[in-house]
Amino acid sequence: MPRGVLALLLLLAGVAGVAGVRAETLVASLSTHRVAITSNYTGAEIVVFGAVERDQQTVARAAGYDIVVTVRGPRRMTVVREKEKAGFIWLNISRRRFPELPVYLVVQSTRPTEDIADEMQRLRFKIGLDAILADPARRNEPSEVKFRDALVRLKTEQGLFAENSRGVTFLTPTIFRAPIILPAIAPTGNYEVEVALFSDGVLLTRQSTSFEVIKTGFEQTTVELSRDHSLLYGASVGVLALLFGWLATIIFRRD
Amino acid sequence: MQLYLPIAEMPVNMFLLLAMGAAVGFISGMFGVGGGFLMTPLLIFVGIPPAIAVATQTAQITASSVTGALGYWRRRALDLKLGGVLVAGGFLGTLLGVLFFNSMRRMGQLDFVIVVSYVTLFGVIGTLMLVESLNALWAARKGTPRLLRKPGEHAWYLGLPLRMRFHRSKLYGSVIPIMLLAVLIAFAGAVLGIGGGFILVPALIYLFRIPAAVVVGTSLFQILFTMLAATLLHAVTNQSVDVVLAILLIVGGVMGAQFGARAGQKLKGESFRLLLAILVLGVGLRFAIEIVVRPDEPFSVVQEGS
Repeated sequence: MPRGVLALLLLLAGVAGVAGVRAETLVASLSTHRVAITSNYTGAEIVVFGAVERDQQTVARAAGYDIVVTVRGPRRMTVVREKEKAGFIWLNISRRRFPELPVYLVVQSTRPTEDIADEMQRLRFKIGLDAILADPARRNEPSEVKFRDALVRLKTEQGLFAENSRGVTFLTPTIFRAPIILPAIAPTGNYEVEVALFSDGVLLTRQSTSFEVIKTGFEQTTVELSRDHSLLYGASVGVLALLFGWLATIIFRRD
Repeated sequence: MQLYLPIAEMPVNMFLLLAMGAAVGFISGMFGVGGGFLMTPLLIFVGIPPAIAVATQTAQITASSVTGALGYWRRRALDLKLGGVLVAGGFLGTLLGVLFFNSMRRMGQLDFVIVVSYVTLFGVIGTLMLVESLNALWAARKGTPRLLRKPGEHAWYLGLPLRMRFHRSKLYGSVIPIMLLAVLIAFAGAVLGIGGGFILVPALIYLFRIPAAVVVGTSLFQILFTMLAATLLHAVTNQSVDVVLAILLIVGGVMGAQFGARAGQKLKGESFRLLLAILVLGVGLRFAIEIVVRPDEPFSVVQEGS
């Protein structure tokens, strides 16, 4: 038995020894974990709060901290089409599919992601829109770049994609906040929030959390009814239309 | 005031949609047409996804044609027997239309199909209507009465088999061309979110010589049942009918139609058909511009499946 106890003590000492030169830890929290869509929903704003935790053993950083917050919405097959001239009309001819692409994709950071980490790091850890969307095999093909640029441009116009190099602000040297703006067309589902801590071009640690966007009350009931009992739903809409049409003849009867 | 559409998954300005419903309702009341051919393009124009615009619009047309058909029914200006034959053909057309709609949607070509159909259908029908109404105006000015039917004249297609007698419509002939017409119009109706009254009424008058007294009521009767079937089929097969949007359009449309009907009574027959022809051609042209002119943004993004 004493040998077992000794081994355990040694093991604990070892763990403590490793932890002795420990790096920073990251704590992140969201202002809410659930966004409910109601009949007057016009979008929402969620705030990510976070703190960089250090203690006496943490090494001093000369370069200061950089934070990158990446929010990824539900994933869908996304298709970008390009209209080309065929004869005298414009048709959707070529296209590029982006399988499993987050419908909502927002990157917030303390400064431009190119300044935070080098290209290899960004591609490896998927930091910044460009690195997330890049297909490693054909990253620089002109046709690929063309569709990727169009995707980012159109989704940015819709408020579904964004890369904001001043989106994260440090309130104190170790406490930061970043707003996440959800446009009303952002889909329902689960949104992953990843917070990455960099210093001097090196990823120190990452922390993930998530929130969900759900329909509630009437909106939820309507969608469930239309999906699961579509015949009943269709019939109700039909009856409603008949009823309104009939009511109009009564209300506005002219004879 | 913003209102969230649960199926379209987007907020819309409630008053904008009510006003659109009222404006289209006014025009439809004035001309005695359903107004789907104006409403569906307008909905697409304000950003409602085409699939949802088309599917939901079928419910609005159902409501407006109930109001109309009941009015004609009370005045006994409706041929139930002819209406029944039209509805039978209409159900088939609606079914085919919804199946076509769904397969085009799966192939990602629905938007294009809608635009091209509007251009060709509305271009052709609009031009025909324009020529006809100009001729009528010209004849009215010269004072020569125009005969709709020369005595003893019969169209060849009425001589096909399966003949039936329609007393109220003063028609005896084959039901095959009548059914075919109903199938085609219901097909277009289900794909484009239109009732098709502005095609059906002139077709019944010119091809089958149906008397003016029963033609509008009978056409509304056919539209009512085919659009009701289309609402149901769209809801069951593609889940694109948005009930909130439908109610907004119906309420706006009902209001507008009442005022439109009063304004319509002051319009003369010929100038009225000319205006309608211009309206139809205008919609066709608007869509033609979309595919002929170099687009500002050649790219488009869609999410598949949800």
